[in-house]
Amino acid sequence: MTDPTQTAALPPGGGRTAQRIRALVHSPSGVAGLVIVLALALLALVSAAGVLPHDAITQDPPARLQGPSAAHWFGTDQFGRDVFARTAAAVSNSMLISITAVALATVVGTVSGIAAGFYRRLPDAIISGVTNVLFAFPPLLLALSLASVLSRNWFTIAAAIALVYVPIFIRVTRGPVLSLREVDYVRAATATGQSRLAIMARHVLPNIMPIVIVQVTLSLSWAVLTEASLSFLGLGTPAPAASLGSMILDARTLVQIAPWTMLAPGALVVALVVGLNLLGDGLRDVLDPRSGDTK
Amino acid sequence: MLRDLIRRPLVHRLVAALGTLLGVAVFVFVMLRAIPGDQITAGLGTEAAALTPAQRAALESYYGIDRPLPVQFFSWLGNLVTGNLGFSSRAQTSVLDLTAQSLPVTLELAVLSIVLALVIGIPLGMLSASRPNSPRDLVGQAIGLAGLSIPAFLLATTLLSVLAASFGWNPNGQGYARLTDGPLLNLQQMLLPSLVLGFGIAAPIMRTTRTAVLDVRSQDFVRTARAKGVPPRRLQVRHVLGNALVPILTMTGLQFGYLLGGAVVVEQIFSLPGIGRQVLLGIQQKEYAVVQSTVLIIALAFVVVNLLTDLLYRVIDPRVRAA
Repeated sequence: MTDPTQTAALPPGGGRTAQRIRALVHSPSGVAGLVIVLALALLALVSAAGVLPHDAITQDPPARLQGPSAAHWFGTDQFGRDVFARTAAAVSNSMLISITAVALATVVGTVSGIAAGFYRRLPDAIISGVTNVLFAFPPLLLALSLASVLSRNWFTIAAAIALVYVPIFIRVTRGPVLSLREVDYVRAATATGQSRLAIMARHVLPNIMPIVIVQVTLSLSWAVLTEASLSFLGLGTPAPAASLGSMILDARTLVQIAPWTMLAPGALVVALVVGLNLLGDGLRDVLDPRSGDTK
Repeated sequence: MLRDLIRRPLVHRLVAALGTLLGVAVFVFVMLRAIPGDQITAGLGTEAAALTPAQRAALESYYGIDRPLPVQFFSWLGNLVTGNLGFSSRAQTSVLDLTAQSLPVTLELAVLSIVLALVIGIPLGMLSASRPNSPRDLVGQAIGLAGLSIPAFLLATTLLSVLAASFGWNPNGQGYARLTDGPLLNLQQMLLPSLVLGFGIAAPIMRTTRTAVLDVRSQDFVRTARAKGVPPRRLQVRHVLGNALVPILTMTGLQFGYLLGGAVVVEQIFSLPGIGRQVLLGIQQKEYAVVQSTVLIIALAFVVVNLLTDLLYRVIDPRVRAA
């Protein structure tokens, strides 16, 4: 397969940050995405800080399945728990897992991708081999199998999702690094006797940052979907912790009598993914040299 | 001469795919050995604690897990190659038989979903591209964004509860009908699941079509064709879409992974006895022999599809043949 990233012209690094931020601000969908994501992040922070009037786990059986009211904005679930508090806690949980997963995948994948592209030969053969093996699994299936063998908590779920996205980061960074190796200023740096590590950190990494940043936002939206799907299948963070997927699973049988139990987590999981996708698209238009002419 | 050119990369691709499959086998094997406890504890649960050391040793030797790991791996691999994929004690059948029952269900679901996705995605992408940034483009893009952002399980759950509650229509409530038993009921049962999966795959196909069509349309040969009077419809289909097919095909091939993962979710919700449900049941019932072999079969299917997509390029795009 021909790799389009391999021949892509690379943008000059740095110096254009201000220009890029301006361009992002002028992209309405990028701004909309940023606003949605920030609003949900604020909700997650408020929930994590424990300043909401209700707690996500405390049960109150007499108050079960109540409709939305001043006391319970999104109503209560079958155990009398506040749906708003649970949804907020679930968003917080989802963000924690997704951000951790993507952070792990970014660091491991980018470092491996740079190493594979820069050293070539044996490291490249090993890293590319592992990448191909991981790519041979459908993403959700890989996360699912890993989650099934791990003792589940938020971190192991994040690690399982991270492993799925490591090969993507390897693949998007390796190609550009291969072509960067032949660029004059990298050759000049090699000729002046700078160490390989220094060259990779100073000349290679900054140049592939735009690609990595775009990949991070897109991967975040997939990670949120994966985490929600895992918990819907009963392979996410164990109960009673709130999770968007497991809330929707519970609401499945209640939706006729208490539609609010489905509405809140359903709307917020879609809002979160839409926000991340819009932000990712906006960033890609600004940062990715390949998409510049297709707007 | 030309044949050699086609063959050499082919052989190379095949060898690489075999190597990948071996790696996949090692990975699956190691992953399932990483389970806290072992198959005996997993199978018996808390009762495993009541086993005497002799009983435990007997079980270990029965399952073969007292042997060194490499020996276990190669005996498993040897069994796989000869068609022995293990035995499911719950279903009282071999995993091979289970898979022979479940694989056609998932294949049907996959084919229907991809057809629906192409039927929705390509025209929508062309419509969006026909007038960029117009209202119709924005609507097309909004549908694409929805397809990317609505989780399959949410869409499936909502569709199922709305249709079942408001219209009393739930073909999946009764037992699964094979295509050969009751084609009409089977297609009804497949409609919602393949719509859900197809909608998810239509989104990236729509986006790729839009980008590719805009890209091709700006090229010189399209202007030349228009100048020499090619009718607009023929220009759109033969000149523009024909050349945009390679990226669309790539994207469709890539979606197969989403499809196989999504099948786990959708088959579970709509009670379809496919291969995704087989994995999930295996996980829930802690039948690791079933999980191990089924995951391997799915990965094999995925590798084969990727290989076929690669080969299809050579048919569609003569330029790849020369490269």
